[in-house]
Amino acid sequence: MERRKFDVAIIGAGGAGMRAALQLSSAGYKVAVLSKVFPTRSHTVAAQGGITAALGNVTEDNWLWHMYDTVKGSDYLGDQDAIEYMCRMGPQVVYEMEHFGLPFSRLENGKIYQRPFGGQSRNFGGDQAARTCAAADRTGHAMLHTLYQRNIQAKTHFFVEFLAIDLVRDAEGRALGVVALDMERGEPLLVEARATLLATGGAGRIFQASTNAFINTGDGLGMASRAGIPLEDMEFWQFHPTGVMGAGVLISEGVRGEGGYLVNGAGERFMERYAPHARDLAGRDVVARAIAIEIHEGRGCGSRKDHVLLKLDHIGKDEILDKLPGIREIALKFAHVDPLEAPIPVVPTAHYMMGGIPTHYRGQVVVPARTGPEEAVPGLYAIGECACVSVHGANRLGGNSLLDLLVFGQAAAEHIVEFLKENPTSPPIPREGPDLALARLARWERREGTERVADVYRDMQGIMQSHCGVFRRAEVLEEGIAKLEEARQRLDRAAIGDHSKVFNTARVEALELENLMEVAFATIRSAAARTESRGAHARDDYPERDDRNWLKHTLAHRDGTIDYKPVRLKPLTVSSFPPKTRTY
Amino acid sequence: MRFSIYRFDPDADASPHMKDYELALEAGDMMLLDALILIKAQDDSLSLRKSCREGVCGSDAMNINGKNGLACITPLSSLKEPIELRPLPGLPVIRDLVVDMEPFFKQYRSIKPYLINNDPPPETERLQSPQERAELDGLYECILCACCTTSCPSFWWNPEKFVGPAGLLQAWRFIADTRDQATSERLDDLEDPYRLFRCHGIMNCVDACPKGLNPTEAIGKIKGMMVRRTV
Ligand SMILES: Cc1cc2nc3c(=O)[nH]c(=O)nc-3n(C[C@H](O)[C@H](O)[C@H](O)COP(=O)(O)OP(=O)(O)OC[C@H]3O[C@@H](n4cnc5c(N)ncnc54)[C@H](O)[C@@H]3O)c2cc1C
Ligand code: SF4
Ligand code: SF4
Ligand code: FES
Repeated sequence: MERRKFDVAIIGAGGAGMRAALQLSSAGYKVAVLSKVFPTRSHTVAAQGGITAALGNVTEDNWLWHMYDTVKGSDYLGDQDAIEYMCRMGPQVVYEMEHFGLPFSRLENGKIYQRPFGGQSRNFGGDQAARTCAAADRTGHAMLHTLYQRNIQAKTHFFVEFLAIDLVRDAEGRALGVVALDMERGEPLLVEARATLLATGGAGRIFQASTNAFINTGDGLGMASRAGIPLEDMEFWQFHPTGVMGAGVLISEGVRGEGGYLVNGAGERFMERYAPHARDLAGRDVVARAIAIEIHEGRGCGSRKDHVLLKLDHIGKDEILDKLPGIREIALKFAHVDPLEAPIPVVPTAHYMMGGIPTHYRGQVVVPARTGPEEAVPGLYAIGECACVSVHGANRLGGNSLLDLLVFGQAAAEHIVEFLKENPTSPPIPREGPDLALARLARWERREGTERVADVYRDMQGIMQSHCGVFRRAEVLEEGIAKLEEARQRLDRAAIGDHSKVFNTARVEALELENLMEVAFATIRSAAARTESRGAHARDDYPERDDRNWLKHTLAHRDGTIDYKPVRLKPLTVSSFPPKTRTY
Repeated sequence: MRFSIYRFDPDADASPHMKDYELALEAGDMMLLDALILIKAQDDSLSLRKSCREGVCGSDAMNINGKNGLACITPLSSLKEPIELRPLPGLPVIRDLVVDMEPFFKQYRSIKPYLINNDPPPETERLQSPQERAELDGLYECILCACCTTSCPSFWWNPEKFVGPAGLLQAWRFIADTRDQATSERLDDLEDPYRLFRCHGIMNCVDACPKGLNPTEAIGKIKGMMVRRTV
């Protein structure tokens, strides 16, 4: 097998991976960034509404208020040390992106434009704040392209269209690199590195209806899980209130930030009933549940009463064309309505994975081991949507993910620099190091099979959609687990028809489905175990939050066992925000 | 619906051929990419790139009934049957609808697509008025799909030397940015019989861009600036 040697291997060229890469390349380290798609095709490109940081350009602001909102938004499951760090660093990383060239929209005084987003307040729960920095409604695109451009300048080494298969570790558990498949040639490549960083993004494709790209298949989580690392808080999936009915494509919360609002079949602005103060800008979990209830209780819109409407024409043509041009494009193409004139039909749609690979606030992966629940894995890091730091807890606030990518991309890079200094050499790769990865590749060479990957893929998505959606209950979850087990057995019996070496996407999709299965199991098992409702995890049979028993993080192991660890309620320097009832 | 799709697997085929497919469905609201996914579920050996399925990542550019476009935002109902699909023209084919984009990206990288500003950064943001920022609209939105560049005859003949419409659009994006200080170096770099001046204003690029961007206009502005600085 071909081998290459680098100081750091970064898997993923989204916002998180490229922010970290930029830092390390600029510091003179030899960095390999592997991505299964060309960097600017990563899903960060689809982020619309913006990045949240307390710049105070529009309304008076303070990072501590941002921290309060984030802790409350997380339904108190977020780790307050990490949340403090993120909110405090916010302005700095956003200014830095501006200096890198990100074309932010501007205010009349030339400063960065900021818009209101859900769950944002001034003065610890007071008036609405405008905290989300935006480049029209294409902030992710602008950010991802800017980061790629700076990495070109910094001469980062990209391995484009290389699919990472599995981590390579030694007997002590230290990460030594990764085995990847060169998709164009169909050959494996062993990338040796003194530090390995996972930045593989989300896994929204476990659900049938999702705002996520086809590539969001949780590969990093699959790799971590197969390496014996448990996955944290996987029951917490954000359903975005406004996905285009049918297509699933996202309509940004920025629309409601700019003054848009939801109406039901009776033409009622129903969020006034659910969140009298914040209304359409309440936390996403709150708004998504409200829509689900309206539809469930027969107050939906259309002949089938299966959606609600997002009205924005009153914002005015000039504002829409200036601030929401991408949204108009999407509505025209995927909903066949022109939002200048008519409302957009929307439904809650799976959107963001709050859980992921457990890390501390400087990006290093931590696992329960000899010394306690959070022992660091030497040489292994995770950032971005694939990681669980955890800053989003049980519910992420809009605009906080792009922030998380930059802050923890930078923090992990800094920690890696320290680690590299302390570890000038790495132990040799044991002979059997790549075996796990090679076995996975060999498995799909098998030509006989009674099942088709596409069928199992579709069924897995259907199971998760109907058994682990916005509202959950014990029987439905248990039935889902049994069905998922069947689907997994079918996947074992599947074969692909394409055995070409060259750009074999059938093989890629089969390998991706294996990762999705890991994610789906961790999700539904964690959801069945948590007998309370918190943030995005809503149990019909346990409708209340239960801090006495459940103020803790879930850790789902691959063998089906589940552990828990305490929430870090103590921030780094300020005083803690103790849990209280959450209303908007 | 009937499809005729370019197939070539260098591992198995001596030469490329067109293969016919049929799907029993009504176009309805479906996009071309949805149909390709159904075809791939029947025949998993068909290779194509795809990701965002909403026209923002630039993965699934291909030649659709003779015109370059993105499969994910091309409504099936807009297409005449049989729908003929080929890889983007002018780039080496890796397999089926997957082309080697490196010649395209190489030209993109050659224009130094990053902000150059040698002043020490201020404590907060650099200021830019909304009017100055508006100069970047219609430029920064490029998704690097290559629909334009691979429809440009000048690029077909000189892929090594002519930057092509996408690269030139980005060159102008940085020249037009009030925060960038490298205008004259950027113009020097393009002052060359090939890099910029192979563009003959044929406008294929404008017609091909699925994001409605206008590389020809940007090229015109660069040329105008060059003329102005010599007089
Ligand atoms: C439609 C949409 C809109 C959003 N809008 C906002 C917003 O306005 N504000 C906000 O804060 N958040 C938003 N989010 C969330 C946010 O965009 C994502 O959480 C974030 O961009 C994820 O970034 P990432 O760097 O972790 O991963 P990604 O950008 O998804 O990148 C993952 C990278 O990993 C690579 N990769 C994955 N698996 C492998 C493998 N096996 N081998 C090699 N490479 C691999 C991919 O190629 C890719 O480069 C939005 C999300 C969606 C879906
Ligand atoms: S206008 Fe110029 S760049 Fe565009 S297609 Fe014609 S020759 Fe090519
Ligand atoms: S200018 Fe348009 S066609 Fe050309 S690469 Fe950019 S988005 Fe694609
Ligand atoms: S799949 Fe992203 S542009 Fe079509």
